[in-house]
Amino acid sequence: MTTAFHIVVCGSLVPDPLQTLEPIQGPTGPALKNEMMLPSVLDPWAGHSLFEAANLAKQHPGSKVTLISLGPKAKLQQLMMIIAQKVPFELVCLDGSASGFMDSREVAVALAGAIEKIPGLDKTKLLVFGGCSSASRDAGTTMQMIAEQLGVNDVFLAADELKVQPGGSFRILERIEGGQYQVSTCAGAPAVIGWATGNLPEPPNNPQVGMTNMRTIMPALQKAQPAALKTDAIKFASVELPKQQRQTRIVKDTPVEEIAQEIVTWIKG
Amino acid sequence: MSTINAEKRALMSTLPGDDVRQIMWRFTDRYDLQMVVQSTRSVARGVVARMVADKQRDTHEWTPEKAAMLKSFDEAGITAAFMEPEQGGYISGPKNLVLAMIAFELCWVDAGAATASLANNLALEPIHEKGTPEQIQKYMGGCVPPKPGENRKIIRGSFALTEPLPYVGVDAGMLSGRIRVAEWKEGQEPILQVEKRGRFITNMGYANFVTASVDSDDPRIKSSCMIILEENDPGLYDRGAPTLKLVHQLSSTHDPIFNLKVPASRIIGGYTIKDGVIIPNFNNSEVIEAVFRRTRVTVGIMTTAKLLSAIEPVIRYQRTRFRGGSSVSAGTPRYDLGIQQKEDPCHRLVDVWATGEAGAALGFEGARLFDAFDVMEHEKDKLFTAQGIKGARAQMKAFMEPRKKALEYIELMAQPEAKRDAKRVTELEGDLLVQYLVKESLADVYCPAGKLWNTGYGATMMREAVSLMGGYGITEDCPGFLTQKWSDAQLEATYEGPECVQRLQMSRTMENDIFLAQFKNWIKDLRDLAKRKSEMGAEVLANAMDLWLWSLVFLQANKDANGKTLYGGQRQGVMFPMADALAWLLGARQLILDTLELEKKGPENPTLAEGLPGVLNFYSDLCGVQAARAAGEVGKVCAELVYGYQLAATALKPFAELRGKTDASLVGIRFSKDRAAEAVAQVMIPEALDYPL
Ligand SMILES: Cc1cc2nc3c(=O)[nH]c(=O)nc-3n(C[C@H](O)[C@H](O)[C@H](O)COP(=O)(O)OP(=O)(O)OC[C@H]3O[C@@H](n4cnc5c(N)ncnc54)[C@H](O)[C@@H]3O)c2cc1C
Repeated sequence: MTTAFHIVVCGSLVPDPLQTLEPIQGPTGPALKNEMMLPSVLDPWAGHSLFEAANLAKQHPGSKVTLISLGPKAKLQQLMMIIAQKVPFELVCLDGSASGFMDSREVAVALAGAIEKIPGLDKTKLLVFGGCSSASRDAGTTMQMIAEQLGVNDVFLAADELKVQPGGSFRILERIEGGQYQVSTCAGAPAVIGWATGNLPEPPNNPQVGMTNMRTIMPALQKAQPAALKTDAIKFASVELPKQQRQTRIVKDTPVEEIAQEIVTWIKG
Repeated sequence: MSTINAEKRALMSTLPGDDVRQIMWRFTDRYDLQMVVQSTRSVARGVVARMVADKQRDTHEWTPEKAAMLKSFDEAGITAAFMEPEQGGYISGPKNLVLAMIAFELCWVDAGAATASLANNLALEPIHEKGTPEQIQKYMGGCVPPKPGENRKIIRGSFALTEPLPYVGVDAGMLSGRIRVAEWKEGQEPILQVEKRGRFITNMGYANFVTASVDSDDPRIKSSCMIILEENDPGLYDRGAPTLKLVHQLSSTHDPIFNLKVPASRIIGGYTIKDGVIIPNFNNSEVIEAVFRRTRVTVGIMTTAKLLSAIEPVIRYQRTRFRGGSSVSAGTPRYDLGIQQKEDPCHRLVDVWATGEAGAALGFEGARLFDAFDVMEHEKDKLFTAQGIKGARAQMKAFMEPRKKALEYIELMAQPEAKRDAKRVTELEGDLLVQYLVKESLADVYCPAGKLWNTGYGATMMREAVSLMGGYGITEDCPGFLTQKWSDAQLEATYEGPECVQRLQMSRTMENDIFLAQFKNWIKDLRDLAKRKSEMGAEVLANAMDLWLWSLVFLQANKDANGKTLYGGQRQGVMFPMADALAWLLGARQLILDTLELEKKGPENPTLAEGLPGVLNFYSDLCGVQAARAAGEVGKVCAELVYGYQLAATALKPFAELRGKTDASLVGIRFSKDRAAEAVAQVMIPEALDYPL
């Protein structure tokens, strides 16, 4: 017997990592320079979780994937032109800031609230997926708080693999230190899983999949409600770039030994 | 320092992104197109860029890696984008804009990849335009990648018009490819013997079928035609040797030889039999005319994409030029701006950028025109068939009244909306043949103009982009593959009809009074715009358009000092430069129109809100730059032609006045360039290119 799941993936956009991300003081608090104008991508870990969700749903007929995104609606629409081509899903959109400077608790409350409101949600089939942390905030706290809000007790973080066992339980691999995995068994849904990279490659784009998805995605975007996020929920005393700045240098065909040597020299200072 | 320039204006903060492009190129509502753009982009900047970086361009052979590229086109929906849903495609309606978008995205990285993709559509285009329903279903359907579970192999095609010397090429009317009746049994389908040698035929290394241009060599076949050849037809299907080309190496080009027996049902568009003679429903010229008028639009976009792709790598090179030097410390202008501290490199980059933007504006407008025109043409054909109107002469007669009405319509449209006879406008807008003529007059000019200017002048400006990278520009390590893009541009200017063919077509179509009537309206519109927005160069452009029009009329009406016709006959030396001049004007005007569209629709997009004033300022300045450059070209061309064939400067005062007026309206325009250059020197760019070196 196979189990059907309702997999809800929490994921939104982050600025394209190739861009210069420079913190500035905006009118309502810290922000990134030109953030609205910069191209954005699907938050990478959340992206992996979406692909894992689609794969799991495919293996378990009757399953369904819903992507819940909290982000600026117009920017999410652009992102959908890429994401919607990759795997089938339905979208629930919360219109609000996806900035890394938002309080993760506020975000978790908004997302959990939206999950609760999904029509016909059956919590006994619910798997909430997301990234183990977001590339913008990198706090790694949102998924636990969503679980707390939903009253789901089984939470796994930095997962790379979820296997549904013959009896319907899950075997989950979570990353721990030293390149090792913690292996857990979970009796079944509901569960909250914050993914690391998972094991799947990024699916190629397929405009045909995209156009099918867009039939439900566009209305979802149009229906998007403003997310009631308090901007004063968190106060930043100061914001600055981490000391170690990225120095991108592109050198072709450098031997591995030479690269290693350079890193060693750099570490030694 | 001038007050105009000292004024603090919002500067463009980031490079224009997809939101801006979607508005300017009018596809905000086309999600299908937006998706094709994204999926093509990921193939281009992934698989294709990797191949270029891995030196796949260094071989003329069709390698497994190149073959895998086609597979990734299939998977990304690129191959099926040309097909109708009932054939297995997924986009319904005309495909000119979508194909232009695909070409744009692929050429952003490598034009040869685009050629490999587009040549398959080129092979199908004769069938798509003129084929019988059976031919359409078989070949269009066959070129769709098999869906999961479907047991069939995809087929791919080549288009074979060009022949070895001494024939075809520019003068495509002369063919040495031949067809004869090989066998014709009573009551059965005739079998034809086809002999064709091709030269420079794209996709030929692997094509399963070929659409070939041939002439009749048999009194039992009335005319030339295009015919479909298949690799398994009895006889010789020799792919020939690969062409040792120095450009577009990711596509396959061969000189094939065919000597095959094929059923007459392969004649594209079918045939009838009268008095024992096979009469092809369409001769070769009719087919290729329908083909090229569309496919050339796409080629125009190719070079343009490369110009725009050069902006980011050039800025990065210029900015980081002195970093790492012991005397250059972080935070100094020399460190932050590098070469961009100097005026000339920024000005030249603005010229490259403006050329790219004007080319895109012109090319995509051409594609959109054909999308609209395709629908009308289809309806017109239906109407004429129903009315039994057949052949060029009968059609011309049927168009006599609508021509007058088209001119009336254009004249009505010149009046302010409140003053127009609204009822008559609605009537004429509902008249298919009138609207057909209006659109056709534009399409017939925009297509060759885009192909001519975007590729020809684009190639020249691609060289400028390379030169902005110094010595690095001409090495294999240059980010953005700029030298490859420059040399590739020469092919884009050559295949599907080199520049002279486009000039020749324009020299006829730009004389069309329906086109010229619209051209006059545009001058008025630009003058109105100039009152509202002086920095866009609308005034100088309007004056340059007046100057061009005056010169055209003068050259048409007057003879040279030896009494020979100036505009007309074989006088390519007069007509061709006028065509070039017009292309400059059309590009500059279309860039203004696209910028106005951004001004109108930009505020609807909340993502753009923050940066829109800066983006609009930048584009307005590019418009000014481009209008000034166009006016300069037009002035130069027209002065040379108008005065150059006279012995004494007789009664050319009106010309001198118009030219003087045009020059004088350049007042202040150079500040547009300064401002655009300032934007170029501070706009934020990504930290690295999003495709490999
Ligand atoms: C890589 C590559 C791929 C190609 N792919 C295909 C393909 O898939 N299918 C296909 O059929 N063809 C293909 N071609 C052929 C291409 O379309 C022709 O090369 C092109 O049309 C020019 O013809 P030509 O080379 O014979 O030039 P020519 O006809 O020799 O022209 C050379 C030059 O002479 C001048 N000239 C010639 N005639 C005139 C005239 N009447 N008036 C004024 N000036 C004139 C012009 O300056 C012109 O540019 C390809 C070519 C290349 C290089």
